[in-house]
Amino acid sequence: MNGDDRAHINWQADASGAATMHCSGAWTVRGIQQLESALDTLAWPGEQQLVLDASGIVTLDTSGAWLLHRTLQMLQQSGKSVILQGMQPGFNTLLQLVAARATGAGHELPARKGALDRLGRMAWKWLQDMVGMFAFVGEISIVLLHSLLRPARLRWRPILYNLQTAGFEALPITGLLSFLMGVVIAYQGADQLQRFGANIYVADMVGFTMLRELSPMLTAIIVAGRSGSAYAAQIGTMKVTEEIDALRTIGIVPHELLVIPKMLALMIALPLLTVFSDMAGLFGGMIMASTKLNISYGVFLDRIGDAVNLSSFLTGVVKAPVFAVIIASVGCFQGFQVSGSADSVGRQTTMSVVHSIFLVIVADALFSLVFNWLKI
Amino acid sequence: MSTGAQQVDAVIDIRKLHTSYGAAVVHEDVSLSVRKGETFALVGGSGCGKSTLLRAIIMLLRPDSGSIRVFGQEVIGLNDEQALPLRRRWGVMFERGALFSALTVAENVAMVLREHTQLSPRLINEVVALKIALTGLPASAGNKYPSELSGGMRKRAALARAIALDPELLFLDEPTAGLDPFSASGIDELVQSLHQALGLTIMMVTHDLDSLWRVADRVGVLDSGRILGVDTMEELAQAEHPVIREYFYGPRGRAAQEQTWKKR
Repeated sequence: MNGDDRAHINWQADASGAATMHCSGAWTVRGIQQLESALDTLAWPGEQQLVLDASGIVTLDTSGAWLLHRTLQMLQQSGKSVILQGMQPGFNTLLQLVAARATGAGHELPARKGALDRLGRMAWKWLQDMVGMFAFVGEISIVLLHSLLRPARLRWRPILYNLQTAGFEALPITGLLSFLMGVVIAYQGADQLQRFGANIYVADMVGFTMLRELSPMLTAIIVAGRSGSAYAAQIGTMKVTEEIDALRTIGIVPHELLVIPKMLALMIALPLLTVFSDMAGLFGGMIMASTKLNISYGVFLDRIGDAVNLSSFLTGVVKAPVFAVIIASVGCFQGFQVSGSADSVGRQTTMSVVHSIFLVIVADALFSLVFNWLKI
Repeated sequence: MSTGAQQVDAVIDIRKLHTSYGAAVVHEDVSLSVRKGETFALVGGSGCGKSTLLRAIIMLLRPDSGSIRVFGQEVIGLNDEQALPLRRRWGVMFERGALFSALTVAENVAMVLREHTQLSPRLINEVVALKIALTGLPASAGNKYPSELSGGMRKRAALARAIALDPELLFLDEPTAGLDPFSASGIDELVQSLHQALGLTIMMVTHDLDSLWRVADRVGVLDSGRILGVDTMEELAQAEHPVIREYFYGPRGRAAQEQTWKKR
């Protein structure tokens, strides 16, 4: 840019009752920054006849042309007559183009919504989500029924693949966390039990809490975070790239290919993981009991056999398939809820984890109520 | 370019460019220059390295050797900080728009202005509306999200974002690909009118023969990593090279040519 790279405007009155305004410099998107704020406070000449001398303008782009156009309009609206002169022909074309395309004030910015409005929208969205979720579960049930009636149509390859990714590959993390959980329970209990000389009951404590409550819940939460989120992200991305639509046009029911295998695989994998978690938890408790309370492994295991009956083990394991259904259906449902944008994939994935953990805990509480009622 | 005077005029000057992906050689000894104020089109069959060349010029990809000068400055090996002043002087429109899906069209355009200028929100808003109007989109499109737009509208929105800062140089990657003939000719007219009104230098990559006849001042033909010829369409149409002849004299090429002559 030669010379001045900022836009200027200044004016002087002459004797004949007309005022001349001189525009100069670079009227470009970078040049007009100071000018824009100066324009608001500029004292315009009082004369009715104005001459706008644009011969000093070195460069002009659309943003500059817009500002010039806006200024001219503002002056004309305040009842002055403005004569534009000295404009380079090229700049004139641009100014005319801008004037012709200008639609007025620009886009209305989306209005800031009130708290009540937001609350209403949230409630409505929540309700829609609920209804959608029920509809989805219904759809899945029908597809699942069809698949189970004709087992030949089941897609075994994706089921086995999901068994591996959601089940087998989750073994190390589930095992480690359950082991640590067992250690923590035994450690926390040890002090209290020692006070009453009831050291041996540490086995009851670890056994009951792990088998009945913590193992199924811990496993479900790990799987919801590991696999539920992956389901949502996978299906969501497929929706964005129109792969779901492509499946439909090929004549494959998307639910049959994308949801049923995941759900069946999780229903198999989650109980198995829960049993593995039971074992790891007991192992952790056993090690802690022997180091902190001097209870040998043999004594610990004997006590477990006496204290923890089969029904305690089964009440834990029986929850797992239910949790599996919750995780798979929430993850897949949120995946199908994705609309259009990359942002949406992230949002629904987060939602899938939050919702499935929430529902798993609610379901666990319901199980407790029912078991209590049945006196198991 | 043979003379020194023309080199000064060149907005983009590519010398002896070599690019390869692993063992696959994409460009071999490509030399090319784009003059100030012209509309330059790069053509060639699929996979001949057109888009790769474009990506090399806009610093998304680093070639193996050679030199690319844009506005007289070597771009190969620039870091992000050094590249910023250059990047502000050009606009890029990607083949599939590459609009930010979480933002509305108006926000997409405004984002560029907010990032690089200190204009007031009001003026940004007005300039955004103007850019959207310049690309021929209805004002209502500004508040829509990219996923709610048709393919042609999305390209226009992408163009509005590319011209947000009034760049001196505009890169268009397949501006008319995937559009119906009506929308495609709308984009052609748009490019032409922007070129005339704003005095832009435009470099486009295209397959569209109609576009070539209508908007391109000069055309470069790229085939298997080499430049076969750079000339006006009229001259290229006379060329003897078999690949060029096949390209321009296939059934579709002839139709596009006849149509243009009828118009003239």
